[in-house]
Amino acid sequence: MGAFDFDVIERSVGYLFREGMTFTLTLTALAMTGGIIFGTLLAMMRLSSIKPLSWFAGTYVNLMRSIPLLLVIFWFYFLVPYIGAYIIGSNTPIQVGAFYSSVITFTLFEAAYYCEIMRAGIQSVARGQALAGYALGLNYWQTMGKIVLPQAFRNMLPVLLTQTIILFQDTSLVYVLSITDFLGAASKVAQRDGRLVEMYLFAALVYFVICFFGSLLVKQLQKKIAIVR
Amino acid sequence: MNYNWNWRIFFETSPDGRGTYLDTLVNGLGWTIAAALTAWVMALVIGSAIGVMRTTSNKWLTLIGNAYVELFRNIPLLVQMFLWFFVLPELLPRDWGLAMKQMTPPWASFVPAVLCLGFFTAARIAEQVRAGIQSLPRGQSLAGTALGLTVPQTYRYVLLPMAFRIILPPLTSEFMNIIKNSSVALTIGLVELTAAARSIQEFSFQVFEAFTAATLVYIFINVIVVLGMRFIEKKVAVPGFAGTAPTVPGH
Repeated sequence: MGAFDFDVIERSVGYLFREGMTFTLTLTALAMTGGIIFGTLLAMMRLSSIKPLSWFAGTYVNLMRSIPLLLVIFWFYFLVPYIGAYIIGSNTPIQVGAFYSSVITFTLFEAAYYCEIMRAGIQSVARGQALAGYALGLNYWQTMGKIVLPQAFRNMLPVLLTQTIILFQDTSLVYVLSITDFLGAASKVAQRDGRLVEMYLFAALVYFVICFFGSLLVKQLQKKIAIVR
Repeated sequence: MNYNWNWRIFFETSPDGRGTYLDTLVNGLGWTIAAALTAWVMALVIGSAIGVMRTTSNKWLTLIGNAYVELFRNIPLLVQMFLWFFVLPELLPRDWGLAMKQMTPPWASFVPAVLCLGFFTAARIAEQVRAGIQSLPRGQSLAGTALGLTVPQTYRYVLLPMAFRIILPPLTSEFMNIIKNSSVALTIGLVELTAAARSIQEFSFQVFEAFTAATLVYIFINVIVVLGMRFIEKKVAVPGFAGTAPTVPGH
């Protein structure tokens, strides 16, 4: 005790945020966008009356939800080069790079969770709404796109954002691919300077502040939406 | 695509000196289950206590309970893992810290991993327990008081038995979460199931066989847990009550 050097934070804070946090936020934003789009498609498939579609979506979601994210990260890190090679017809696995690999991983993994949220969202819209759409002569895509999904998104917005905060926390797991995300950057400085205590406490504090105030904002939003409805 | 499938790899001798690669995998499964179960018991005890604290009328108890949940929910599990493993021994009194660092190999990472998973999951269980108790009609606790029960007795005989039945489904998914989350312990050196698959991949280069095996084992564990909890749910169900609890997002 007594030999702590909190100076190391001041010296590395620029690097931590410029390199690390930028990566973390980029990954979160891309995975959220991709995850919500793919998750919504999965939810529509899961609720579809076409058996193979709903079976596929159900199996996909259940599979993703029953294995740990770390295992999924490892799976895709090794699998994506082979899939890429298959797509372009190459004989050897292609180089994908840790960044794209992690974007693909998080998009596909989080889609399973966003799917469950969107499924609840679609089911929260009264059935008469969709039926009214069909009665007006709209087709499936028009009914979904103009009537059901906008309401589903609105109803589920707080839950989607809460899931995004969880995604933000989960992105720290790319540490296992030696990527310089926020935690990875903190870890590199910590090991270089032998300042594990200071750096990890600081990382924990930064994550806590972001997630705590993020959750507060979501709660405010929830109240706002609840009044309007 | 050139990938040489070799499913017989599991029966070949692994360089870790524990027999075949299959033994490596079984060993990993053992550590996953040991870590998850130990942490689960811890999480249930602490989580129930914190959850109950948050429903009492005492302002300080509620505040401490809320602070606990916010603290453990807003820091990523991996960061918490590092805090328990790297930071805690430095902050403890010298002798304790040394004792933590000098434990023999599996325990040096097993103990911090269990502490981390236990305290982390306790926050999530506390949230479920609170939701479960608050979903009961107010009349239940009033009836307890009217019967002359003390506050602890009301919780013990009236509120908690119903609340735990109501939150069984979310507790099932929390239990599966703790099994999945135990994989994060590989970052501090615990060779659990995911780490075992990873070590098979590193030694034998049979990436997809190793990961497929681990995936199948996780799915198998999931099925067992779901069936087991369904059995418990049926066993303890109170006729006439079909409990549904609010769901909390997460994994």
